Amino acid sequence: MSDTSRYGLVLGALAALTAILFLLSLTVGPAALGFSDSIAALFSDKSGAIELIMGEIRLPRALLGLMVGATLGLSGAALQGYLRNPLAEPGLIGVSASASLGAVIAIYSGLAAIFPLALPLSALAAAVLAVVVVQSLAGLRGSTLTIILAGVAVSSFAGAMTSLALNLSPNPFAALEIMFWMLGSLTDRSMTHVWLALPFMLAGWLMLAMLGRALDALTLGNETAASMGIDMRRVQFLAVFGTASAVGAATAVAGAIGFVGLVVPHMLRPLVGARPSRLLPASALGGACMLLAADILVRVIAPERDLKLGVLTAIVGAPFFLWLVYRTRRKLA
Amino acid sequence: MLLDVQNLKASLGKRQVLNGISFSVMPGEFIGLIGPNGAGKSTLLRALLGLIPSQGAVALGTLDAPHVGARERALHMAYVAQEREIAWAVPVEMLVSLGRSPHRPGFAALTATDRAAVERAMQRMEVDGFRERAATELSGGEKARVLIARALAQETPLLLADEPTAGLDPSHQITLMRLFAELAASERSVVASLHDLGLAARWCTRLLLIDGGRIVADGPPADVLTAETLRTVYGVEAFFGESAGGLVVQPLDLVAETGVLP
Repeated sequence: MSDTSRYGLVLGALAALTAILFLLSLTVGPAALGFSDSIAALFSDKSGAIELIMGEIRLPRALLGLMVGATLGLSGAALQGYLRNPLAEPGLIGVSASASLGAVIAIYSGLAAIFPLALPLSALAAAVLAVVVVQSLAGLRGSTLTIILAGVAVSSFAGAMTSLALNLSPNPFAALEIMFWMLGSLTDRSMTHVWLALPFMLAGWLMLAMLGRALDALTLGNETAASMGIDMRRVQFLAVFGTASAVGAATAVAGAIGFVGLVVPHMLRPLVGARPSRLLPASALGGACMLLAADILVRVIAPERDLKLGVLTAIVGAPFFLWLVYRTRRKLA
Repeated sequence: MLLDVQNLKASLGKRQVLNGISFSVMPGEFIGLIGPNGAGKSTLLRALLGLIPSQGAVALGTLDAPHVGARERALHMAYVAQEREIAWAVPVEMLVSLGRSPHRPGFAALTATDRAAVERAMQRMEVDGFRERAATELSGGEKARVLIARALAQETPLLLADEPTAGLDPSHQITLMRLFAELAASERSVVASLHDLGLAARWCTRLLLIDGGRIVADGPPADVLTAETLRTVYGVEAFFGESAGGLVVQPLDLVAETGVLP
């Protein structure tokens, strides 16, 4: 089988799996609805209880799972390719930690209680601020190392400010709310969240998708890529702002969800012949699969306990990552 | 003229590494860039490619380099870097085909012309035998050949190579030198930095000897490689001879204490 047809098969299988998981996500939940009833309710004009549950609770949840997962997978693959480092993940450039801080400020100040959209908006604003700081620290000809270091510095600062907010929290309920929000979840989101995140995610996806050719060339290092006609300033701009836009929006609506952006590109890399441009769409689909599956699992495992999505991805993701490291340690050495 | 450089200056940090370099490259030349460690050979190549900021005039054929886009420059000259970086376990053939990227618009697939160029480059560097293997699993010498094949696939009038022979066995060193000489014979030109004076003496059509960021000698190997220049620039004594119609240079020992040690 040729290289290209194998790649087509991988993408097809991932797309089919994504579609199945999306449908499952729509039909699994505490309200015991039949599969055909719930799907029919999505397309009906009636305004009964089933229609309300499907349109206002399940659909936004499944859509956000799809969008957030694709964002994390795609930006993880793009950042690993851009930084030529298999340990890169979407949070590396400081976007996740800053978006969390923005959300925490909204909860802490009480703004989120007065005006619900204040939380995602504040998170997005903080993500934008963080990426502007990282980009200006790194400069136009910034090396990838400067970007990583600037990202680490911004992340640490945002983490410290978040801790400060928890530390000074006026009452335990605010602290609990902050903690729960930071664990990452897709519960109780509405279509408003979908519409808020979608434009930023689309812009981010578009920018990251334009990186394909450049990421392939970057396999040979910055200088060789530049000698092959790749404009490194453009690549840096697209990678940093594309990740910031998509991941900032994802964190703003779902909180910080770890490991998906790190593990998914690793799992899929061998299946696409390690080619960075091919890893982008595969990893986007893979990320969507993983997040949808995890979000279905939290509903199945502990329907009453409101298990947080971010907790599950970390619990499953970390041992899996250990196993990956164990399997590839000889190649990494 | 393929390349014309006038009074090129560049600094790394606060240190001025290139102090006004001027030379030009005509079609059909195989130029060896020689000089001690830290003389500025790699910096010169990187400045020519616009990878580091520099002052002075660089003209690519009829084009003025500062106004040339990255892709246009990539159609004019290819570069083999000193570091043999391969980040991912991609197949050899895919890696070589990366050299075609400046020739391909947007998201276009490889054309028949591209495939033919990739095939030629792989055969020339004798890497077509392991085209399916992951490039990260190759030996150092095999990697070097794959990366040179990548640059050959770019099919540019000018090829710049930074220490391309390092890590190659004698047979592949000579194969590479022969290949560069063949490229020069077909009116393309090669500028390669070299540490092996014997290879430089035997295969290059012209040598540029660089020391302290300046060109201290420029001309045919026999004129540049003299006992006097090797003593003053490298601080070594060498054996000079002639064999099979070519110059033989073999450094023997450091210049004695009474000499002008650097």
